[in-house]
Amino acid sequence: MAKDLAKALGDLQEDEAIAITQEKLDANEDAMAILAEAGKGMDTVGIRFSKGEYFIPDLVYSGEILRRINELVKPKLTAGTSQKKEGKVIIATVAGDIHDIGKDILVFMLDVAGFEVFDMGVDVPIQQIVDKVKETGATVLGLSGFLTLAYDAMKETIEALKAAGLRDKLKIMIGGGQITPDIVKYTGADTFGKTAIEGVDLAKKWLRK
Amino acid sequence: MAKEWNDMTPAEKRANLCDRWLNPPGAKFESPQAEKDYKGRVQRLLDAFNKKKPDRVPCFPMQGFFAAYYCGYTPYDVMYDYSKADEAFTRMVVETSPDAHSSILGAPPGPVYDLLDYKLYSWPGHGVPKNVSYQAREGEYMKASEYDSLIADPTNFFLTTWLPRIMGKAEALSSLTPFTNMTEMYGSFTAASFVPFGVPPVQEALKTFMKAGEEALKWIGFVAGYGAKMTAKGFPGFFGGGCKAPFDTVGDTLRGTKGMMFDMFRCPDKLVRACEQFVPIMIKMGVDGARQNGCPVVFLPLHKGADGFMNDQQFRKYYWPTLLAVMEGLIKEGCIPFPWAEGGYDSRLDVIKDSPDEIFWGFDKIDFHNAKKLVGNKHAIGGAIPISVLNVGTKDDVIAEVKKEIDIFGKDGGYIMMTSATMEETPGDNVKTMINTCKQFGVYK
Repeated sequence: MAKDLAKALGDLQEDEAIAITQEKLDANEDAMAILAEAGKGMDTVGIRFSKGEYFIPDLVYSGEILRRINELVKPKLTAGTSQKKEGKVIIATVAGDIHDIGKDILVFMLDVAGFEVFDMGVDVPIQQIVDKVKETGATVLGLSGFLTLAYDAMKETIEALKAAGLRDKLKIMIGGGQITPDIVKYTGADTFGKTAIEGVDLAKKWLRK
Repeated sequence: MAKEWNDMTPAEKRANLCDRWLNPPGAKFESPQAEKDYKGRVQRLLDAFNKKKPDRVPCFPMQGFFAAYYCGYTPYDVMYDYSKADEAFTRMVVETSPDAHSSILGAPPGPVYDLLDYKLYSWPGHGVPKNVSYQAREGEYMKASEYDSLIADPTNFFLTTWLPRIMGKAEALSSLTPFTNMTEMYGSFTAASFVPFGVPPVQEALKTFMKAGEEALKWIGFVAGYGAKMTAKGFPGFFGGGCKAPFDTVGDTLRGTKGMMFDMFRCPDKLVRACEQFVPIMIKMGVDGARQNGCPVVFLPLHKGADGFMNDQQFRKYYWPTLLAVMEGLIKEGCIPFPWAEGGYDSRLDVIKDSPDEIFWGFDKIDFHNAKKLVGNKHAIGGAIPISVLNVGTKDDVIAEVKKEIDIFGKDGGYIMMTSATMEETPGDNVKTMINTCKQFGVYK
């Protein structure tokens, strides 16, 4: 029976997925092909999440399995075989807020989906975000915040981007526990995502034209 | 002679706690009006808890550092100067006039955590700016391989493994032996258990604990003084005690969100067993607070069982059984469990609707009609004025929201109006509008 890495990962069978990866490496299979198969498994995870069959623990656990697969495959990757990226996305938890769980899931899912993600971490000062947009030329920005104090930090960040003349070229999504359409309006963002998958879908919509 | 606590029935325990809340022993009211206000407010809350129609819908907005912002202070100010906390929380309650206060416990004493070199949170001036709230620093403070030690003896695990990790000044406690060793006079039993107390690092740790204790004592004086003052002014405290869902204790405090999610796949039986181990511990924590403070309400902030955080099957397996057991235990001890369902809870209504009817359910993001129909037909419920509306909405937005929730949640009683999340830098005028509108339109005819 053929060993199906995509299925094992999609079904969150950790031990099996790791064993298959190891077997493939031992049989000298192409490292990029192994990662592509893992990518198919992650597609399954994303689809099941969108359908409401998978939840946050499943996403996080799939990320852990993928991390272990990557770790095994990495030494076999030759230079110049990095995946083609879909576009640039900057993600940051805004100033004053140090929450990262939701942000990290989004960063991970964007990365898996093939985007070049600039994860700026938590409690990111406004000016650093402005500088990053200039430096990278990214056209999609995601601002995360769990606390209500993030409302103003998001608003001020977006105002600073406007003042720097960067807002028009930029699509901005916000996200976090207390984010609603009212807050989108208040902060001047374009929209918000309730889940990491919604965030990925927004990035796809904005960047894959 | 009055019955001992342990000899009372659950109903007698409940009556005891409710009576002490309604008629606090030793209370000195500022005026007959203040006494009338106090009792009126407690009765209003009790009527709501008992699914009756009070004179009107009680209103109790949930507080974070709102009082500090309201008075022009930062969270740092009120965490490091207890008299400022006292002043700010007093002024805020007197000027906004809700139906209860939530003490000054929301402003934890910064110096205590400085002394301990506390690592579980960042707080104003210590990892986050002085003008924002304290925030959890999640981590794997317990390794997956340590479940067996935790399950075997949670207290010893906390003392010798967990505290040394989350408090820099408690590191030396890792050399302590279990106190349960001290069962015999034979040398290796009791005397040997004292050996660690003789070594300088442990002695230093204990000296730090004593200093932290002195600081905590100073702080609790302000807490007690505040409570007595608010009673005198006619405002009851809302909370008797607090504890947590066992799953959240493991997830928030010990394993971290990620670690706990991995455990659901990698070592589910141990995760369940650890949660079970915390059931009596959490019941005791909640009951002790309620008895000490003479108020039956025990707060349980719910975190990791929200919509999306797990599927229905996982909720029923990992989250719900031990939370239910804690709440049943609290009810047997005369308490009113107040689980506060932070985040969305629509997908959980089918499970929680069958919980004992003594429970007061608080909601954040919820389908109002469904929550009232499924849960509110049996339970008292609280919530859910969106914090987003209060923070950025206009006066009219707030009025419309309050009226809407009175109509839906308030119908036939059993409802306490609350905010969907704790208030921080919420505009004071919007808070006053919320409370005043509730008072005006929440009257039961």
